[in-house]
Amino acid sequence: MSTFWSLWIIVIVVGSIGGCTWLLFATRKMKVTGEDVGETPTTGHIYDGIEEYDNPLPAWWFKMFIATVIFAVIYLILFPGLGNFGGLLGWTSTGKWQEEVDAAEAKYGVIYDQFAKMPIEELAGTPEALKMGRRLFANNCAVCHGSDGRGAYGFPNLSDDDWLYGGTPAKIVETITLGRAAAMPTWGSVIGEEGVNNVTNYVFSLSGRDHNEAAAKKGEKIFATYCTACHGPDGKGIQALGAPNLTDNIWLYGGSPELVKHTIRSGRNGVMPAQGDKLKASKIHLLAAYVYSLSQRPQ
Amino acid sequence: MKHDIIEKNIGLMILLILVAISFGGLAQIVPLFFSTETTQPIDGLKPYPPVALEGRDIYIREGCTVCHTQMIRPFRAETERYGHYSVASEGVYEHPFLWGSKRTGPDLARVGKRYSDDWHRAHLYNPRDVVPESNMPAFPWLFENVVTGEHTADKMRALRAVGVPYTDEDIANAAKPFEGGKVKEVDALVTYLQQLGLLLKQNR
Repeated sequence: MSTFWSLWIIVIVVGSIGGCTWLLFATRKMKVTGEDVGETPTTGHIYDGIEEYDNPLPAWWFKMFIATVIFAVIYLILFPGLGNFGGLLGWTSTGKWQEEVDAAEAKYGVIYDQFAKMPIEELAGTPEALKMGRRLFANNCAVCHGSDGRGAYGFPNLSDDDWLYGGTPAKIVETITLGRAAAMPTWGSVIGEEGVNNVTNYVFSLSGRDHNEAAAKKGEKIFATYCTACHGPDGKGIQALGAPNLTDNIWLYGGSPELVKHTIRSGRNGVMPAQGDKLKASKIHLLAAYVYSLSQRPQ
Repeated sequence: MKHDIIEKNIGLMILLILVAISFGGLAQIVPLFFSTETTQPIDGLKPYPPVALEGRDIYIREGCTVCHTQMIRPFRAETERYGHYSVASEGVYEHPFLWGSKRTGPDLARVGKRYSDDWHRAHLYNPRDVVPESNMPAFPWLFENVVTGEHTADKMRALRAVGVPYTDEDIANAAKPFEGGKVKEVDALVTYLQQLGLLLKQNR
């Protein structure tokens, strides 16, 4: 703040307090003694024969005004309020915040550090670490993946052992830190509506679902041309690309014929937002341990 | 004291009351109009691109501010959940501010890139599909209404008049993204939400 505006504030604030104090004393009628002194004067106002007494402010009220003035002066000496003068205590809202953060870091940082040194496989068997991981999961992940980690339509289930990008601790850390962006292109315009139908039948045959044998035969050729690059020649998917396994009858975007057709026709571009710029590595470590533990439980 | 002069002239009394209560504003508000912290944009701050600008107006129209704030206060409890506290220089192109005053839902000041576009769409179509305990209303009409962009240039001109640095080129191209009627209201709103608060990062 420039010196001018600093002075501007100081003059108005000090002037207001001084002005209020002056007004308080200047308009005082008589010494407040708590007892009636002589005859009570009137203001001279008469309305329908009713006169208005000109009494002083009650003593308690007057003293409270004085107390607020004293409070204001002490406050302005200790805390910021007078332009660029920051107050003797040096208090700032962000300084207070930093204090809170440092206090929490001193208290919880040691716990995070201790867990950060342990491998994720070991943490997955440590109840205290999993409790913390669970809290972090509820705050940061549950909105998409569900409070139990079972996912939802379009958001992967983390509690089974089917992984799009890999389920090793290192891969889970990588997914959380850097995020993921799936890129299944739209095929509707490339292979046509009949092609979509044929590929759907072929894909259903991979997981042993009801399908039309003739259509699946035709679909197999299309699959070999367009789909194997990502989903692999056997349809088991490629985790390095995030291409799902099509043979396990687990459907991220729904397994009904219509939904699978829609996926093939219009593509899918699921995005996991990166958390590396939001959460510290030690927290991601604990989160990864919690997510890893979900898939290690007996199903 | 001759207070009956004031008491019997209501016009004079109003004037003097205005003078008396203006001191607070003169000390607290007026210096902010000239302070660099509140008038200089943070590094990287740009005026809203057309689609985000329209999205912001949909955010206002649907009353999002009634339940969602965009103001992270400097308390640890808030920065742990939402990210870096809000600073004045992030909002110098905001006309009007969308700080809000009550959180029925969470703060949205740094919701950008926190969830995927797909999540926002699913959530706006029916919040209960992704957050079972949510009491947020559904906004299915956003998926049908098309943003025409016919007034986007006017809005940019109005914002430029109050100091947002839109260029003539920005204004000339304002309607371009909306050509062909492909931008639904939900697209604009999600675009707006996904760019909120990205300029300040805090690893927590």
